[in-house]
Amino acid sequence: MQFGIFSVGDITPDPVTGRTPTDASRLQDVLTIAQHAEEVGLDVFAMGEHHNPPFFPSSPVAINSYLAAKTSRIILSTATTLITTNDPVRLAEDYAMLQHLSGGRMDVVLGRGNTGPVYPWFGEDIRQGIPLAIEKYGLLRQLWREEYVDWEGQFRTPLQGFQSTPRPLDGTPPFVWHGSIRSPQIAEQAAYYGDGFFANHIFWPSSHTQRMVGLYRQRFEHYHGSADQAIVGLGGQVFMRKNSQDAVNEFRPYFDNAPVYGHGPSLEEFTKQTPLTVGSPQQVIDRTLGFRDYVGDYQRQLFLMDHAGLPLKTVLEQLDLLGAEVVPVLRREFARVRPSHIPDAPTHAARVAAGNAEHRETVTLSASPAGSEK
Amino acid sequence: MTTRKLAVVSSGLSTPSSTRMLADKLAQSTEERLVEAGHDVDIATFELRDLAQSITNNLLTGFADEPLQNAIDQVTGADGLIAVSPIFKTSYAGLFKSFVDVIDNTALTDLPVVIGATGGTPRHSLALDYAMRPLFNYMHSVVIPTAVYAASDDWGAGEDTVKSLPERIDRAAGELAALMKDSERSANVVDPFALDENFDQLLGGFQGN
Repeated sequence: MQFGIFSVGDITPDPVTGRTPTDASRLQDVLTIAQHAEEVGLDVFAMGEHHNPPFFPSSPVAINSYLAAKTSRIILSTATTLITTNDPVRLAEDYAMLQHLSGGRMDVVLGRGNTGPVYPWFGEDIRQGIPLAIEKYGLLRQLWREEYVDWEGQFRTPLQGFQSTPRPLDGTPPFVWHGSIRSPQIAEQAAYYGDGFFANHIFWPSSHTQRMVGLYRQRFEHYHGSADQAIVGLGGQVFMRKNSQDAVNEFRPYFDNAPVYGHGPSLEEFTKQTPLTVGSPQQVIDRTLGFRDYVGDYQRQLFLMDHAGLPLKTVLEQLDLLGAEVVPVLRREFARVRPSHIPDAPTHAARVAAGNAEHRETVTLSASPAGSEK
Repeated sequence: MTTRKLAVVSSGLSTPSSTRMLADKLAQSTEERLVEAGHDVDIATFELRDLAQSITNNLLTGFADEPLQNAIDQVTGADGLIAVSPIFKTSYAGLFKSFVDVIDNTALTDLPVVIGATGGTPRHSLALDYAMRPLFNYMHSVVIPTAVYAASDDWGAGEDTVKSLPERIDRAAGELAALMKDSERSANVVDPFALDENFDQLLGGFQGN
């Protein structure tokens, strides 16, 4: 199982100091955070993509390429890469390039994006979000898997004999997760291709995540024979201090003024209603181990650590706690209860070894149903 | 004997509220008609005042807490709805609109609705027809022809001695009960995660196959 962090790259005033970081300083902070994630032993760093302030990361592939040179072990992913408004040809080439630059230490989480104006800014229509995601991903797959592509569709100029470069590293396309908050069609898409499904699992009730993952597993079983061979990733949000009440007191002003949920429910209500945990490392461990109860054995857990204006120093302290006290216990405990036939989290090396350029092998074991306890 | 589900939404802000009083009278009259016709009636009444915080939170976070989700489920899964709001500044109360705003666009389709409103003077009664009726038309609900407006005076002798408030209530209740008798809405199971098409159909849908 892989553990890591993801950042949406919001530039939010620190409600305690009143200070708003510049694009330049926030970018440097995120680069520091990503490298520190590797230092504390995390497996994954994922960067968001946005094309409007108050977010700075318009190009996660550029950020991840820089980080590829600065790190040696961590997997560089996205949260998410916009499949609707980017050209799939550019995505195929940019992410294949990142795959080479990082030696395969990358994958990609595709999302549609829910900022209305971004669609027309890139010449698209948000009402076509699902058809865009389906057609463009179909082409992206083809570009990574076929040498010369003839293609014609609704949303892009046709291609005749086009070869995207560079070709995927070791003839193995990057692993793809499909991220979606509420669209069953995306769970269906992930299941159809045997790709991963990433549930953002923040800001909304976990019952919602449970249903989306349940649908993905059900459809995965339909297409590939067994629900527990599906590849599931979850987000999560935590804030920790050794003493639980210190965590609550320190995080409260950031919570109360946060983008998305600020000025709405209380911290206490929100921690009860959503997967947000504010407390001691032990509380984070207990809550996180419980995720398995409603999504089954899963492959990747990412936490949102650096939003709502939290200062760099605080975020780095959070990473220290995560790396030293939380993740080692999570690794041990998840491994202890995990049946042996559950697939590992995807890595380039494993995918190359499996000779897997197209589909993951269909495993026909006497598999137990998703979410079942051993 | 079959059960019909009647949801009642009142967005009066004071306690006690004449808006709630009108809602209850409409509900009572509707229930009597349905019982006469041989149906059991299951009435669920919601004061939006009690849900005001939850509604605001839903607007900000995008999801409903448990009490609000229960209200939404009861309203969207009903065979008939009685919706009553005070008229503020020429229209329904902001709280009332906020509640409708957090309901899914398609969730009130085909729902029989009687609209009612209260106000200080009868001069605002047309708000029902230029504000509240279009709102439910947008939601593709079936709004019955009679809308009931109760001005302060109506709770006494009333200005209108020909068509008094109780008569207007009975007429509206009769129209609502007539539609609710044949409604199967409350028996339908709605799955928000249902897939209309499998992936081959999704692919084929815009590849012209």
